Amino acid sequence: MLDLKMSYFLFSLLTIFCVGSIVGMIISKNQAYNALLLVLSFASLGGIFGLLDAPFIAVVQIIIYAGAIMVLFIFVIMMINLKEPLPPERKRWTLYLSGILAIVLLLEFFLALKNTFNVSTLVEGERLSSPTELGRLLFTKYLWPFEITSILIIASLVGAIVLVKKKGK
Amino acid sequence: MIPISFFLLLSGVLFVLGVITFFVKKDLITMFMAIEVMLNASNLALVSFSRLSNSLDGQVIVFFIITVAAAEAAVGLAIILLIFKQRKTIKPEDLNLMKG
Repeated sequence: MLDLKMSYFLFSLLTIFCVGSIVGMIISKNQAYNALLLVLSFASLGGIFGLLDAPFIAVVQIIIYAGAIMVLFIFVIMMINLKEPLPPERKRWTLYLSGILAIVLLLEFFLALKNTFNVSTLVEGERLSSPTELGRLLFTKYLWPFEITSILIIASLVGAIVLVKKKGK
Repeated sequence: MIPISFFLLLSGVLFVLGVITFFVKKDLITMFMAIEVMLNASNLALVSFSRLSNSLDGQVIVFFIITVAAAEAAVGLAIILLIFKQRKTIKPEDLNLMKG
């Protein structure tokens, strides 16, 4: 178990990476850079999941999100290969409107979270965080959602192939 | 242990950044990435609530969300690729077929 100072240090480092790379995504205009910054952000989010005693979710986040999904994005960026550079950002008023929306949303989150600042004492005792427990839960309580997910994956696979397939072959 | 409210605040900030990116950016792929950022913010909130209540149900839901996000990314990117093949553009402004 990490001591408190170390975990604070890790949390702030990962937070800086995570938020900073998304801010860089807003600033940058290159799609490939955007995808790579998003990989960095998701990988540091995986580290934050690790700090929250969720090792399985951390590994899944890094392998599936930062690995598989972002590779899919980068492949599509490679195939699209825009000839002309992207146009400048949207109209001015859209920027202002999104800024106002962001401030309102942040205030709303802050008001919703105001009471959780008092909750400093976590439930101590036995931690239920091992992948064994997670797998047991997945195959007992959540068996039907798990099976339905496989149908969803098959449907999306077939859908993606049918969409991209060439006509008349 | 770090207070749980830090994680919840980080989740809120990430969600807001995703919303800003979605509205500011002008190409479909980056807007799609912004949706992924928002999904991840909700994942972070779910994992921290699961840590707070010391139960694993939140982590199972996150597992399902990641699976659904992978399926959604496959179909969404196929649609973007199809739009680019037919219209030679990925700007949402140019897709005004239903505008009349």
